[in-house]
Formats: sequence, C-alpha cells, structure tokens
Amino acid sequence: MNPSLMTRVRWGVADTLVMVGRNLLRYVRLPENIVNITVSPIMFLLLFTYVLGGAIRTSTPDYITFVLPGILVQTLLFGGFGTALGLAQDVQSGLFDRYRSLPMARSAVIVGRLIADLLANIFVAVLMISIGTLIGFRFGGSVLQSIGSPAVGILFALPAAAIFAAVGLTVRSVEAVNVIGFTLIFPITFVSSAFVPVESMPGWLQPVAEANPFTLAANVSRALALGQDPGGDLVGVLIWTAGLAAVGVPLAVRAYGRRN
Amino acid sequence: MTTGTAGPAILVRGLTKSFGNVVALRGVDLEVERGVVFGLLGPNGAGKTTLVRILTTLQRPTSGSATIVGLDVVRDASRLRRAIGVAGQSVAVDDQLTGLENLEVVGRFHHLGGAEAKRRARALIERFDLVEAAGRRAVTYSGGMRRRLDVAASLVGEPEVLFLDEPTTGLDPRSRLSLWVAIEELARSGTTVLLTTQYLEEADRLASRIAVVDHGQVIAEGTAAELKGRVGGSVLVVQVADRSRLDAAREVLGRYGANPHVDESTLDVSVPMSAGAGAIAEVVRALDAGDIAVSNLTLHQPSLDDVFFALTGHASEAETPDAGERGEK
Ligand SMILES: Nc1ncnc2c1ncn2[C@@H]1O[C@H](COP(=O)(O)OP(=O)(O)OP(=O)(O)O)[C@@H](O)[C@H]1O
Ligand SMILES: [Mg+2]
Repeated sequence: MNPSLMTRVRWGVADTLVMVGRNLLRYVRLPENIVNITVSPIMFLLLFTYVLGGAIRTSTPDYITFVLPGILVQTLLFGGFGTALGLAQDVQSGLFDRYRSLPMARSAVIVGRLIADLLANIFVAVLMISIGTLIGFRFGGSVLQSIGSPAVGILFALPAAAIFAAVGLTVRSVEAVNVIGFTLIFPITFVSSAFVPVESMPGWLQPVAEANPFTLAANVSRALALGQDPGGDLVGVLIWTAGLAAVGVPLAVRAYGRRN
Repeated sequence: MTTGTAGPAILVRGLTKSFGNVVALRGVDLEVERGVVFGLLGPNGAGKTTLVRILTTLQRPTSGSATIVGLDVVRDASRLRRAIGVAGQSVAVDDQLTGLENLEVVGRFHHLGGAEAKRRARALIERFDLVEAAGRRAVTYSGGMRRRLDVAASLVGEPEVLFLDEPTTGLDPRSRLSLWVAIEELARSGTTVLLTTQYLEEADRLASRIAVVDHGQVIAEGTAAELKGRVGGSVLVVQVADRSRLDAAREVLGRYGANPHVDESTLDVSVPMSAGAGAIAEVVRALDAGDIAVSNLTLHQPSLDDVFFALTGHASEAETPDAGERGEK
C-alpha cells in the first residue's frame, strides 16, 4: 500500500526539482526579483568603494579588495531574507495550502526554494565580481582560491537562508518578515568584519564582531580572494555551516508542515 | 484511482476545533456515502471551511475523529492526500505560471510523469473553458478564470473524494452553470464531492444530501426536499407600509404559519405558508380587516434564510465580530 522507501526518495527528488524550476521561473518572469537582488549590492559596492573607501584604512592593498568579499558575503546572506519573503508570500497567497494538500514531499517546498535561491546567489556573485573587476578588484590567489572565495559565502548563506525560512514560515506574513529581516540581518552583517576591520570598532563591540560567524565567513572569503591561507577559520566556517544547516533545514520543514 | 479501503467516503465523529477561545466546530458528526454530492450549507462563520481544512489534512482537529475512504485525517494524512482533491475557499494559483503550467505542476506533484501531467492539464484546460488563456500567466486572469483554474487543479489527481469550498463564489451565471455541469459529470463518474455553499439553490441543484451547519454544529441533515419541508412550503413575505403595524401584521400572519419572522429594517414579515398557497386571499382579507396597509406581498420558494429561521429560530446573520459571545453559545 505505502510506496517503498526508494520510491519515496525518487518522488522527493522529483518534487524538489519541479519546485526549483517553479521558483526559477518566478525569477525569470518577475524581473523586479532580479533587480531586487542585484541593484542594492551593486550600489553598495560603488558607494563603499568611492564614498567611504577613502576614509577606511585596511590591511589590503586597496579598499575594494577588502570590501568586495565583505559586500558579497553580506549580499549572499541577505538573499536568505528573500527566501523567507518568498515563502511568506506563498503562504499568504494560499499556494502552500494547495501544496500541503498534495501527496508531495514536504521537504521539496523548502529544499526546492533553497536550491533556487542558491542558484540566484551564484548569479549575483558572478555579477558582482564582474562589476568589481571593472572598478579595480583583482583576485590575488590561485584559480581554486578565487572560486573558493565566493563559494564560501554561497555555502554559508544556505543554512542561514534555511533559518530565515523557518522564521518566515513561523510568522507567515510578508510584513513581519520585512521587519525581522531589517532588524536582524542588518546588525548581524554590519557588526562584523564585512565592511570595516574589527580593530576599528569600539572595544566593547569587538568581541561581538569577533564571535559573529559572519565575520568568520567574511574573513575566509577575503583571505581566499587575496590568495592567503584562511587557516582554521575555514574549518570554523564549515562547522558553522553544517551546524546551522542541521538546525535550520529541519526547523524550516517543520514550520512549513505544521498544521494548527 | 480507488484505494480499496472499505467504508463510507467521509466519516466524521465528534469533531471539534478551537482556535484559542473561539470554538469553530463543536462536535460534528457526518457520514457521506461514496459517489454522492454532499452539500454543506451554512452562513458566514458556521465552520464550513474549518471542517474542510481538517478533512483535507490542512488543520488538526482539537478532538474527535474523521476518516476519508477509511483513512484517518491525522494518522494517514500522507496516504489520504493521494485520494483527495481540494479547491479551498480562497483561490490558490501560481500567478507567475501559465494556466497550463499551473496544472502541470500539480500533476508532477501527484507523480504522474511529464507526459501524463501534460495530457491531464490540457484536458482540464479544455473542460474548464480556459483554452484561450492557457498560455498566459495566471496573474492576467479574471477572478472567475482563477476560480476555474483552481477547481481544475483540484481534479488533476483524479480524486476519489473532492472538496470544494464555496466553488462558485465570484463566478458569473454562465461560469457558475458550467461549473455545476462539471460537478454533475464528476458525480456521474463516481467521484464523491463535498461542497460547501451559502446558497440553498446551489445545494439543491447539486447535492443529493445536505447538512446545514450553524455555529459549528450540524443542525439538520437530509435531502433538499426534506429541508424545505421543514420550512413548511412556500414563504409569504408581507411588507407593511407603516412601521407601527409590524406587530399587528406578525399577529395576523401567525395564524397562517408558525414563527412569523419580522425584519425591522425592511418592514418585511415572512412566514412559511403551512396552510397552502390558496390561503393568500384569506391573508389579504385578514390584513385588510386588521387595518394593516401593505406595500408589497410576495410568495417565494424557501431560501436559505427561511430554512435557517425555521431550523434555528434566528436569522442566518453574518459572522459577528464578537468572538467571545460565539464562544459561549
Ligand atoms: N485560524 C483561525 N483563528 C481563529 N479563528 C478562526 C480561525 N479559522 C476560523 N476561525 C473562526 O472559526 C469560525 C468558523 O470559521 P470558518 O472559516 O470555518 O467558517 P465558514 O463557515 O467557512 O464561513 P464563511 O462562509 O465565511 O467562509 C469563525 O468564527 C472564525 O472566525
Ligand atoms: Mg468558509
């Protein structure tokens, strides 16, 4: 009567792929989605480089080399906010009620969304690095390090997106997600080494910035961009990523499947 | 298409559902045979949607049990989802997908395989008169088209039991009629349909049995004819010219049928004509003798309001915003 485990796995994968496709179509057909995810990072990049760059002293040869990995990691993390927003939209539009009444894998809705947003993040990373290159950014290391630099950010953003997704599915309102996104994600990304060196912050803030896993991700991404050895920080990022994923993905799937 | 489990299509026992201190369902019992169209009739806030959502695994009951084709809505939820189709009260279509894509995606989630999902999507697009719009994004659809697409999506899995929550709300008369025909066809092909509606006329036409729901309870169940019988024939509505004569009119009409119902705002007094329509002439004479000026007089078939009034003694008033009061009743 019940399908075998193999069949269920096969269905789960198929459902996830359909969901990825559906979410990618939403990016393609709603150009404002693409504008949303690309305009602000490019603005950030230009503003930081030309407006603030002169005033901030960094250890790197020029500020853009310092700040591009930071902005990139921040942008990718901020993509998680879009994940939560998209899910909250689907809840509000009633589409999730349709999905939840279908014999599809519950995880497919969440994982399909995360994968589609991951692909969007890859697109954003390529775009930002291309624009950065036009205004003076250069990778300083091997090809592997140059790929590793954005890859760390993309990887780290994935479980973060799952956690935001869990939040979005718990509050189930686009407006609430907006508020949480700005009051939570902005401080987390700014109190870090993403835009300025931690040493330049007031003493009481430095431990906070140091403990922020986001600092770790920004540091590793930056080290790889410069062609340096990220050392233990790389392991730290991977542990954080795995840990957040182990919590975030099940939490999000549960929040989605919850029936009141 | 059949899961092979025995028993009625829908069996509900002592089902309750509370949201905090709002009691939406207060002990519902229901049995729906296979292959029939069953109507769930009730005013705003009666609990229809809550019941449908519990039966379609979207919400959990607070207490009591329910099975669909023998599968428990809580324990066997995932198997149950293969046997049902749902079109909820609010339309659930994917705005950025075309009509055809919407149906295909639903087919894929039923694990039909690409070709079969396409085939069924096309067939449903035709059946619901969406051929011209099939390649357009749903965001460009009118309300009625979205409603039709939503109902079509509920049929992709060829369900044994179909749930339609107020499916004709917002449809123009022509679309309503074509949806009715579609539901009738489904019924003929053996699909069990549970349909909620606020209109007796709709339940009357489609449903072989009707349960009337009010304040979270089934207050009557039977065929449309049986329910109308509870009202006692046609309903006479007399509109008095002078507000001060309302009570006098009620007294007069009370002689010809039980429980005359006064509507202070419209100055209407209505009563089921248990004495038969032939008594109208007598009523007119009695009103005249009682010096009651009449501005309008009509005789009509019982409406949902009349059924309601006859069954509950109160009008099917819209949902009161005061949840606390509902909670106690
Ligand atoms: N999620 C919820 N939280 C709190 N109260 C709820 C919730 N869902 C339903 N209710 C309450 O339960 C009662 C029944 O609502 P329900 O939506 O089931 O009625 P309905 O018969 O479908 O009405 P309508 O004809 O307006 O659709 C109402 O009082 C409603 O306010
Ligand atoms: Mg309802």
